[in-house]
Amino acid sequence: MAESNDKPKSASRRQFLSTTLKTAASVSLMGVGLGFYAQRANALPPMAIRPPGALPEKDFLGACIRCGLCVRDCPPKILSLAQLGDDLPTGSPYFIARTSPCIMCEDIPCVKACPTNALDHSLTDITQARMGLAVVVDHENCIAFQGLRCEVCFNICPIRGDAITLEYRHNPRSGKHALFIPVVHSDACTGCGMCEKACILDKAAIKVFPIQMAKGELGHHYRFGWKEKARAKHALVTPDPKHRYNLPEGVKYDLQGKGLIFEGKQGAAPNDTPFSSNPLDTLNHNRRSGD
Amino acid sequence: MANLPQDAGKEAVQAKGWLKAHKWLLLRRVSQLGILAAFLAGPWFGLWIVKGNLSSSLTLDVLPLTDPYVLLQALLSGVTPETTTFIGVAIVLLFYSLVGGRVYCSWVCPVNIITDAAAWLRRKLGIRGASHASRGTRFWILGMTLVLSLVTGSIVWELVNPVSITVRAILFGMGLAWLLILAIFLFDLLVARDGWCGHYCPVGAFYSLLSTWAPLRVSAGKRDACDDCMDCFNVCPEPQVIRPALKGAAKGIGPVITANQCTNCGRCIDVCAQEVFRFTNRYSTNPKADLKPAETVQPTGS
Repeated sequence: MAESNDKPKSASRRQFLSTTLKTAASVSLMGVGLGFYAQRANALPPMAIRPPGALPEKDFLGACIRCGLCVRDCPPKILSLAQLGDDLPTGSPYFIARTSPCIMCEDIPCVKACPTNALDHSLTDITQARMGLAVVVDHENCIAFQGLRCEVCFNICPIRGDAITLEYRHNPRSGKHALFIPVVHSDACTGCGMCEKACILDKAAIKVFPIQMAKGELGHHYRFGWKEKARAKHALVTPDPKHRYNLPEGVKYDLQGKGLIFEGKQGAAPNDTPFSSNPLDTLNHNRRSGD
Repeated sequence: MANLPQDAGKEAVQAKGWLKAHKWLLLRRVSQLGILAAFLAGPWFGLWIVKGNLSSSLTLDVLPLTDPYVLLQALLSGVTPETTTFIGVAIVLLFYSLVGGRVYCSWVCPVNIITDAAAWLRRKLGIRGASHASRGTRFWILGMTLVLSLVTGSIVWELVNPVSITVRAILFGMGLAWLLILAIFLFDLLVARDGWCGHYCPVGAFYSLLSTWAPLRVSAGKRDACDDCMDCFNVCPEPQVIRPALKGAAKGIGPVITANQCTNCGRCIDVCAQEVFRFTNRYSTNPKADLKPAETVQPTGS
């Protein structure tokens, strides 16, 4: 308990110093260990989505004091605090879109409840929330890609018609039907997860991922020629020479239109081809016009 | 005549009756469990008294309370909290500066119930052996957690903090937290007396700093009646705080326990058959008057 006072002063001072040093060294070691542990333990698995208004993950973990006030004020009770042993930072709030998506309350009570701005109070319009981003991850199993009518994700979306649109494509299997392909738009998707919850597959083909995981990023040096051209109002490079097809006289080719066009020979019999059956004619023609 | 540790409190039960010999202990358990009950009434019965947990809470939709220690870590991580949060912190700081910071440990923190149970069983089983670590270690850990927040920009301590993990386990779901709770129980039982709370816990270390000027104190007012039974030393979670107040008369040290490590748990008052101890305020007694404490000691108003 209490140190003996009988020892000579220098001895007790030496002992004090050595105890202090030992303690300081072990605690520093503990701190380093804890720091490394934190790097692993702070990783967020992709299926765990933060509540609306959550700061970027790194800032969030510095701001969230794990009080659970957002959990208590969530009307549909979709939020949980991570428990010890879960795959995400202990005590931090999250929801799993597949089982319990965010219903996007207009008054955002979870954000209002947050005492530290870990859920940013400047978020007042829930449609501006970016909890994550829905991605149609599995084109092979999504039945829309098979030509079947589903559109459940499109219809359930709280920002219907903006966050998810349907893109009509030719159905090459039947040859006469359309594919109704769901397409997510990151400028409108809040990552609420209603689509993932509603997906009719056993395992959802549309999933909400953290934005940094879902989004690609174009190299910043990259420029799209047509956009630059529109901005500059003229071509920024020497115009390409007009492409010329190597075709017999009286024939034109329209790449994106009709294909081969036979000029001045409308109504000609199909076997009335401009191409000679004699290969030497073709070769000589090429030599004549080869410039 | 010194009593054995396992017999601590027996004389007091004989002298004062069981109830009076467990008065402060019972009141503390009522306080600790009552606070948890107030938090749980909402999720269990839809009766919302307090929302949140001990890190930050909202009582009856008006009273915000925030733990200054966790907020300090958040501030060091670089956050800008809401104004009401600072009000909540100020209320907590003011309250514990008055009643003693470590009242948090003995009257609020649920880990205290676990470590008290371990200490009780340790006494009953006669397990000996003190901690090799110094009781100052917790301040080093406190400093370490603050530095980690500053360096990493995230509240690292909250990943492992047994105090908040236990509270959350009770209020929000157990998970594997029982393993941590069991580990602390076994550590306190088998490895070191008062191991966690008395040596390592930075939460208690932080709150003890608020105890430094707290008016509410335990005083060994009738210390001349002490018969050296050692019961108070055996039950006290911070026994080093008792010695100067109880045995310091010859050195002119006053009877008030002024050390900020004292948790104001009042267990020494319970177990003393001679009724040496009582709650008082630190200013009511001066060292010269300690021979006639009964006249100078007054019940505190806080």
